[in-house]
Amino acid sequence: MKKVFIIVVGLLMPVLSWGAETTYPNDKIEIDWDDKASMQRGARTFVNYCMSCHSAKYSRYNRVGQDLEISDSLLLDNLIFTTDKNGNKTKVGELMTIAMTPDYAERAFGVVPPDLSLIARSRGVNWLYNYLRGFYVDETRPLGMNNGVFDKVAMPHVLVDLQGYQEVKTIMQPDGQGGEHEVIVGFELVKPGSQSKSEYDQTVHDLVAFLDYLAEPYKQTRQNVGTGVIIFLFILLILTYFLKKEYWKDIH
Amino acid sequence: MSEKSSNKGLIGWIDARFPLTKMWEEHLSKYYAPKNFNFWYFFGSLALLILVIQIVTGIFLTMHYKPDGEMAFTSVEYIMRDVDWGWLIRYLHSTGSSAFFIVVYLHMFRGVMYGSYQKPRELIWLFGMFIYLALMAEAFMGYLLPWGQMSYWGAQVIISLFGAIPVIGDDLTLWIRGDFVISDATLNRFFALHVVAVPLVLIMLVVMHILALHEVGSNNPEGIEIKNHKDENGNPLDGIPFHPYYSVKDIVGVVVFLILFSIVVFFMPEMGGYFLEHANFVPANQYQTPEHIAPVWYFTPYYAILRAVPDKLIGVILMFAAIFVLFILPWIDRGKVHSIRYRSSAYKWLLAMFVISFIGLGYLGALPLSDVRTFFARVYSIGYFGFFLGLWWISKNEKTKPVPERIQ
Repeated sequence: MKKVFIIVVGLLMPVLSWGAETTYPNDKIEIDWDDKASMQRGARTFVNYCMSCHSAKYSRYNRVGQDLEISDSLLLDNLIFTTDKNGNKTKVGELMTIAMTPDYAERAFGVVPPDLSLIARSRGVNWLYNYLRGFYVDETRPLGMNNGVFDKVAMPHVLVDLQGYQEVKTIMQPDGQGGEHEVIVGFELVKPGSQSKSEYDQTVHDLVAFLDYLAEPYKQTRQNVGTGVIIFLFILLILTYFLKKEYWKDIH
Repeated sequence: MSEKSSNKGLIGWIDARFPLTKMWEEHLSKYYAPKNFNFWYFFGSLALLILVIQIVTGIFLTMHYKPDGEMAFTSVEYIMRDVDWGWLIRYLHSTGSSAFFIVVYLHMFRGVMYGSYQKPRELIWLFGMFIYLALMAEAFMGYLLPWGQMSYWGAQVIISLFGAIPVIGDDLTLWIRGDFVISDATLNRFFALHVVAVPLVLIMLVVMHILALHEVGSNNPEGIEIKNHKDENGNPLDGIPFHPYYSVKDIVGVVVFLILFSIVVFFMPEMGGYFLEHANFVPANQYQTPEHIAPVWYFTPYYAILRAVPDKLIGVILMFAAIFVLFILPWIDRGKVHSIRYRSSAYKWLLAMFVISFIGLGYLGALPLSDVRTFFARVYSIGYFGFFLGLWWISKNEKTKPVPERIQ
């Protein structure tokens, strides 16, 4: 009884402190589902940078290929770098799994890097866009980096060669309970990467567009089918309305 | 029935062996319903439609889903990605569960507003309340099946509530879960109950609900008995046969409903995280509690009552009391006038208070706690129970308006 109560209180504890924090950066993006080129670039970034550690194990390569208009041969040459346990190259119809085992990953990073198939649905595209642009130099962290959106994140900044190193600018703000706390207000690039700020933003935008696609491959089909269904139902509505009117004309 | 011999051919052959025409007439073509049904009377047939949608889509989901702690989440994503039209079947089912509650809440509110629970329809109301209870059990157990973080931790919180019951609490939660934590054993039994046991109970209760309704006849917005005035054939003067009049009218309601339903299914299946919660796209992890645990929206009013009470046991009792009090509504209301149209302004104020409290509780139950919110949750909880107390109080000697004899 007491134990259960502690569990319930424990479950509600985070709820009590919810909503107090604001994170930086805090930008919003719009994903254009017709921009296949953007998603293709995002897919390339994904397999090159993310898939060393993160799987997308609910998705298949050739599903991505069909939806993003990438041929099987292009998939094999440009997007598939993994092999199966016999050392043969992964086939296009296979799931986007990775070779790293959860045990190894946990020893290396302290946590298992999550599968990213659905990350855009659980985190949202804006969060991802800000997170991937939110790494800053923090010598107190084991890997020398922290994140403005995800404090004390275990993930290293794998895109640092593209973005470069940025330092954080903070101010003190009242926390509403009599004290003060540090709030991030901006970043300063201290060592540029291979991409300019706008190029890097575009890279992240493309990557997030791909993740958004990956989270729900059928989103566009869904909306197209839906438009047809609703048009059909409106026509049906007109017919059924007049049918009802015809039957009811002698009821007073 | 003389109709038995009046039909020839196949129907006649069947009628000699099975009461097909008799049932058709009793429940549709010669079931006389009041002619003045308004907007609020669409929701009964819509609830039936959604039940069918849920059963049919549920059958197809069961063909691909794996009730296994290791595979459940993956199999749902398999349905969403690799099964042809699997995404549609799944969204129909997930949107259907929320639509079911919207429609049932409106249907119940209609019953309250027009006094459809009052004598002689107490049993219809009771069967309906058991349907509501079964529906809540069905939805709760169904929500565990995708095996996401919110499935897991939502179930954890709700089941742990039973632990607040003195003496047997701990053993009871263990018995429900079949394990010390929510686990594969829990998932398996919830699957069995969700796809076999509860649907059977639901269908049976729906049949009884409709049989009881057709025995006493439908109430109407005026809250008067159409059976008091009959023509020479014994048919109510203010009644019309359900079929074709209400069948064609309900089809219009069905199409309007399907348009709204389709907008959600095809354009906003997550409904901003209320129909499909964002945290449920993360596989269940017993070592990691999500930042904010909220039940799905249709349970939030009761969850808000639970959280509004500082003592856990009393909170649990009040939460269950909030549902139980609805069961005894026909006996709480001591009034003779059925419809809100002819009841006192005191009644109207009470009902308005109830609606505000219920919606307010539902809104607060979905949000994280804060002092202000807890305060309001307490106010609304008092408003919720205050309706029933107030109704019992005022209905004894209520100053009502004169009720007409006939439907105009």
